[in-house]
Amino acid sequence: MPEDLNWAIGGEAGDGIDSTGKIFAQALSRAGRHVFTSKDFASRIRGGYTAYKVRTSVERVESVVDRLDILIALTERTVEENMDELHDGSVIIYDGERTMMSDFEAPDGMIGLDVPLKRLAEEAGGAIMRNIVALGAACEVADFPIENLDEALEKRFGGKGEAIVENNRAAALAGQDYVQEEYDLDTPYELETTDADYVLLNGDEAIGMGAIAAGCRFYAGYPITPATDVMTYLTGRIDRYGGKVVQAEDELSAINMALGAARAGARSMTATSGPGIDLMTETFGLVATSETPLVIADVMRSGPSTGMPTKQEQGDLNMALYGGHGEIPRFVVAPTSVSECFWKTVEAFNLAEQYQTPVFVLSDLAMAVTEQTFPPETFDMDEVEINRGKVVDDDTIGEWQNDSGQFKPHALTDDGVSPRAFPGTDGGAHMSTGLEHDELGRRTEDTDMRIEQVDKRNRKVETAREREDWSPREFGDPESGNLVVSWGSNEGALREAIDLLDEEGVDVRVLSVPYIFPRPDLTEEFEAADDVVVVECNATGQWADVLEHDTLQRVKRVNKYNGVRFKADELAEDLTDAFGIAGETEVEAE
Amino acid sequence: MSSENVRFVDFKSDKQPTWCPGCGDFGTMNGMMKALANTGNDPDNTFVVAGIGCSGKIGTYMHSYALHGVHGRALPVGTGVKMANPDLEVMVAGGDGDGYSIGAGHFVHAVRRNVDMTYVVMDNRIYGLTKGQFSPTSREDFETSTSPDGTHQQPVNPLALALAAGGTFIAQSFSSDAQRHAEIVQQAVEHDGFGFVNVFSPCVTFNDVDTYDYFRDSLQDVGESDHDASDYDAAKEKILDRDTEYQGVLYQDESSVPYEQREGVEGNMADIDDTPPEDAMDLVREFY
Ligand SMILES: Cc1ncc(C[n+]2csc(CCOP(=O)(O)OP(=O)(O)O)c2C)c(N)n1
Ligand code: SF4
Repeated sequence: MPEDLNWAIGGEAGDGIDSTGKIFAQALSRAGRHVFTSKDFASRIRGGYTAYKVRTSVERVESVVDRLDILIALTERTVEENMDELHDGSVIIYDGERTMMSDFEAPDGMIGLDVPLKRLAEEAGGAIMRNIVALGAACEVADFPIENLDEALEKRFGGKGEAIVENNRAAALAGQDYVQEEYDLDTPYELETTDADYVLLNGDEAIGMGAIAAGCRFYAGYPITPATDVMTYLTGRIDRYGGKVVQAEDELSAINMALGAARAGARSMTATSGPGIDLMTETFGLVATSETPLVIADVMRSGPSTGMPTKQEQGDLNMALYGGHGEIPRFVVAPTSVSECFWKTVEAFNLAEQYQTPVFVLSDLAMAVTEQTFPPETFDMDEVEINRGKVVDDDTIGEWQNDSGQFKPHALTDDGVSPRAFPGTDGGAHMSTGLEHDELGRRTEDTDMRIEQVDKRNRKVETAREREDWSPREFGDPESGNLVVSWGSNEGALREAIDLLDEEGVDVRVLSVPYIFPRPDLTEEFEAADDVVVVECNATGQWADVLEHDTLQRVKRVNKYNGVRFKADELAEDLTDAFGIAGETEVEAE
Repeated sequence: MSSENVRFVDFKSDKQPTWCPGCGDFGTMNGMMKALANTGNDPDNTFVVAGIGCSGKIGTYMHSYALHGVHGRALPVGTGVKMANPDLEVMVAGGDGDGYSIGAGHFVHAVRRNVDMTYVVMDNRIYGLTKGQFSPTSREDFETSTSPDGTHQQPVNPLALALAAGGTFIAQSFSSDAQRHAEIVQQAVEHDGFGFVNVFSPCVTFNDVDTYDYFRDSLQDVGESDHDASDYDAAKEKILDRDTEYQGVLYQDESSVPYEQREGVEGNMADIDDTPPEDAMDLVREFY
């Protein structure tokens, strides 16, 4: 694991926790350090515990860990909530002049820094800058020169005028000076800077960026945690490229608008989370039957029902795979990291149009709220290719008309993919419907045609299976008999977990699978392994069930469903347990 | 196909309607086709969206680009089509159950959103396709298989709903008054914004109350009075009149600006390059 520092600010919702955390994360990123953030938040706007955590290192960081080195605690509850992660030598910054913190004493072994945050902020120009004072104090503790905050403060407050930016600088400085003068600190932390320039973004933003890059021009959505950031990202940005975001009246409307735009020929998408997917499911069948290319992102959260809307879970896999009445051919891709949210979205648009199917992008809350640093080239737009599939125009449509000049949008082709005519194409007028239909798109209950059309739609999946690359990502020791299979956002934690195991002398082979349907056939890999462990954030092991079904082999399961994503060190322990090698190799949290 | 020579039969598909002989929907559809032809549209530039119900079958019997969607959701589909390609003439059709029951939410929002399309509702005051249950426009004392002693509910007034939602074109017609019906739909097509026409389209199989005779005898045409459709208060008075039902354009806001034009997005969203735009890396740099 990289040499890292774990920092957090916590308080009540409405305390400006998020923006302070973001300023720190951005400053680190600009200073050439890698960052991985996570959020603890509750489903309320004011009050209630909330925290923003930043893990930073000079090397890449891909996970959260069970450790907190510096904590800015605006409330005592913040300390209680994080007790498990605090350790000997952890520094807790708090404001002892605040009534609710006046009795606070740092637990044994920890260092409490009582900094009059509010008073110093007022001196610098306003109590509202309390968090920035704390940030300055934290910079001193972490030996991170506060000039590094400048650009982030400029970015955050520049719009409000230079005076505000200056006040915030003064506030940070006051925090730093106070700690310098009042405490004789000797902490081991030192946040060195590098020349690297990183970008810092979260999974929802990456999905939105991928959509624009891929030529998406229409987005309809309805706000829901944790998918809303996709819509907010696109709003104002997609317009620059001739596109449009519509906030629909509900999810039923959102998916139907997106469907309409797609039929008109636009690359179109919607994004939502579990409850919204429920509402969209009826139309999902229509999308498939009418063979409309559509990208639907499900940014999963903890269900069922409204469940724990601000918590992590990978509980919708079955719904993505099987949701809807009847049998619906569909593609399901699941990004495995924030950067993959970008690339898999691009891929989703190409798959949707090449195969004229609905494509699910299955992301989750852990990625949606994680901001992570990347070299900008990670999102190299020159690598983005756009494939619109079998679109016919005024000149080529003739090949697809019957003897009476009628266009066949559902022609029975060998590869299962039919021609597509955008409205406005001469001689292409045709009907699409959710009813079973013939090659012209007209309703039929003819038993033979029913079979032909069902087979045709399913043939697209077979064609795609052969044509596209569905390989999983592999890392760890390719020769190891200990095989771990995962999907979605667990990949980062797994990467770090196997490094930890490696230090203990345990070899593991990992397959991280971004393709849920179609998906790779893992039978050979399973047969080569002594033991297979499937890792996922749900209680029942939906992915494990699918793989057992595919390979006719039993697997072991590591499941987490308390609402918090896997942490690297915890996952390393879970894996040693699951492989039955616990005891031989004790994995420490530090 | 050049639009000058388009006749209404060009909008006819070669599918024979399976509507009951005498169903009002025949006349409703003919009027729609006439309106489309008269306004210079052709099938290759027209998109018809329909919902579910006897009424929803209309897309099958017409010849154009069309989508026959799920129950109640035709309006959002039409919205997406029109926004993605404003050059298309978009017409959305459905029944009173489709539009005012399962789709009532979308109706209100489509009205206030004011996308430039035409919405024709075949109002037969009954559920036809599911064989005769009451609909949201059924009278309170109307007896059906699911309301043996009447509905015990007030009917919805779709025109009032549209007016309250900020409708910019609100009209009513009668499918069997062929000339007038086609004329009214044509005005809706020509309107810049959401053109809403509630069409009395009798169900001869399940509704023996709201019959041809009933409408023929009771409907009053606002064209025969000096009704000024641009006068909001006059429109309101007629729309809320509990004793008389009117046909004609009851309200039209001539200054209406369609949603998709307000936002200033022009051009066709279907046209995209096969690579991302030149300045696409700017999207990445924003995250510095
Ligand atoms: C989600 C859903 N619920 C119920 C139905 C069944 N259904 C089909 S048509 C219809 C009512 C149609 O009534 P209306 O819109 O008035 O049209 P009409 O048949 O009278 O023209 C219903 C309830 C359905 N297709 N989908
Ligand atoms: S049931 Fe009624 S609405 Fe349906 S086709 Fe017959 S007459 Fe028309």
